[in-house]
Amino acid sequence: MNLPFDVRFERRSEDNPWWLPVATALGSVVVAFVISGIILKLTGGQPLVVGKFFWQATFGSWPTFSDTIVKATPLILVGLACAVAFKMKLWNIGAEGQFYMGAFFASLVVLVPIVPMDSPKVVILGSMMIMGMIGGALWGFFPGFLKAKFNVNEIITTLMLNYVAILWNNFWIFDKWSDAGFQMTPMFDKKAWLPRLADYAHQYKAFSGITLHLGVLIGFVAAIVVWWIFQRSRWGYEIKLIGDNPEAARYAGLNITRNIVLVMMFSGALAGLAGMSEVSGVVHRLQERISPGYGFTGIIVAWLAKLNPFAVIVVSILFGALIVAGREIQPSGLAQLLQGIILFMVISSDVLLRYKIRIVRVKPLTA
Amino acid sequence: MNLEIILHAGIATGTILLFATIGELITERSGIINLGVEGMMLVGAMTGFSVSLATGNPWLGVLMAMLAAGMLGLAHGLVTIHLQADQVVSGLALTFLGTGLALVFGEGLTGKNPPLVPNWSLPGLAHIPFIGPTFFANHSVLVYIGYIFIPAVWFFIYKTRPGMHLRAIGEKPEAADTLGVNVYRLRYLYTFVGACLAGLSGATISLAVSPGWYSAQTTSGQGWIAVGLVIFAQWNPLRAAFGAYLFGALRRGILDLQGPAVLLGFTNPLYINSNWSFFLKMAPYLLVILALVVGSRAAIKKHIGSPAALGVPYIRGDR
Repeated sequence: MNLPFDVRFERRSEDNPWWLPVATALGSVVVAFVISGIILKLTGGQPLVVGKFFWQATFGSWPTFSDTIVKATPLILVGLACAVAFKMKLWNIGAEGQFYMGAFFASLVVLVPIVPMDSPKVVILGSMMIMGMIGGALWGFFPGFLKAKFNVNEIITTLMLNYVAILWNNFWIFDKWSDAGFQMTPMFDKKAWLPRLADYAHQYKAFSGITLHLGVLIGFVAAIVVWWIFQRSRWGYEIKLIGDNPEAARYAGLNITRNIVLVMMFSGALAGLAGMSEVSGVVHRLQERISPGYGFTGIIVAWLAKLNPFAVIVVSILFGALIVAGREIQPSGLAQLLQGIILFMVISSDVLLRYKIRIVRVKPLTA
Repeated sequence: MNLEIILHAGIATGTILLFATIGELITERSGIINLGVEGMMLVGAMTGFSVSLATGNPWLGVLMAMLAAGMLGLAHGLVTIHLQADQVVSGLALTFLGTGLALVFGEGLTGKNPPLVPNWSLPGLAHIPFIGPTFFANHSVLVYIGYIFIPAVWFFIYKTRPGMHLRAIGEKPEAADTLGVNVYRLRYLYTFVGACLAGLSGATISLAVSPGWYSAQTTSGQGWIAVGLVIFAQWNPLRAAFGAYLFGALRRGILDLQGPAVLLGFTNPLYINSNWSFFLKMAPYLLVILALVVGSRAAIKKHIGSPAALGVPYIRGDR
């Protein structure tokens, strides 16, 4: 077949304009929504009705928007966790397990209890945050250590540890701390709850029923810290260098082994903090399925945000909306499907950043 | 507890891992990592189940399961081979996509009873003491296909010309290219083949070994274990088969440990408090990690390892 034109890929030599990555990311999300709509139609659903419902359930009113932000909060932290690891080309797929371990360790503060429950709220919440980060960091340490010491593939180890973390959590909520045989611990003391806007409803009427909690601020602060590390600190520079060119980093005398362990622990600590924010800000107890796959969604969030900490916040809100709507939309896998297609579109569209696609006229061959 | 029964069940469970592991091994041998095994297995399990339900023909179900998963594999191929996207991220995307597709299209399949792949006892062989009842009696046909499949794959990879090309495009694609091997086309082919096998593995769950559709619980992480087993096997199909049956037997054995009140003369702690079984259920996942540690230490010592061009996009004319 001889077409009168030819599609050519030309490698981009100059730097991309700043808007191009943003445009391709937005474009891929739009295309992903359209494709999901088509699939929904194929299964006999009504895409436009679902779409309208999606909007109302997520951004339609203040309480629903607050729900969206509440779901976005753990995503911000987990997305940052993935972004940090991915910057160094460390595939931490274990944010889900680190999240659970963070939640578990944070809950220990109340359940053991580690600090007396009559101490001030700041002390209790502070120690929960620290314990959450320790739990996540611990769960990041093992794969990091195995990778650094024995060159064991971190994708598999982090993934396997996800399952281990969930089973570990299950043991404690089914056994020692089960609340009267239910698969959950007793409700935490109010002092271990992150403050919510609804708590101030007696002063400001508008806040009643708004579940937004302090965790979102933790997320914002974490984003600033991550941004500062990458843009301003020597450590961040080292991480980026190792990620971009490990050979050069080795010749420059950087300690790659140590950095692998440290970055995995830092990444785990952020995911653990997300777990703490969820038990302390939302569920107020340790129970089964505290995460509807936040750890995995965080991977997509980080990638869609091109590992930029502030973009992580924006993308998290979109995916928070997906989770809120996904709880109510039938069929239940739709949100996950949409996430998969979005990620596919994003990585496919990256080719536009590396190549110019040109359609050129081919001169007809004349004999 | 009867060892025969446990091994029998272990072989059946191992067959699930066998197809998925060997499929991923073939794909990785060609230089492409496809981490989407879990998603492809779910799509295979769902497709096989629902096609068998709709048509009444389990074999058509198996075939469609392979094709459906194969299509996902081709998507991975397009994104990583031509668009040169990162293979790790694309594989993760495939996991989400496959899981989502399987859940959306699998809505309402739970509790249905489609015709299953039949069970056979091999005449003659089934009557050998111990070995017969364990390996050759009352197994799904898919289990026997697995037995034949292992030596066939080994022979293909190491003893045939296409098998040599497969190894070449994973080790040194530019050299293979100079010899006239079409690297792109073969990588597509083997990504497709590997994906089809993941689909077969999924159908093995839903139509043979543990029949039914239990949404995401159907696979419960076996796709990821398969990915780990490929590394444990050091890309050798015989080691992969050994690992698959070992882990299959392990998964089953754990379930069986909870039953008896007295175990080896001791009171079974799992019988008194079944919550202890959560720790037991961790064992397969922890053992995968252990196997990887042992495997990678051996690999460093013997200077063997992954195919040299694994995960590296091949760009013709970029040398």
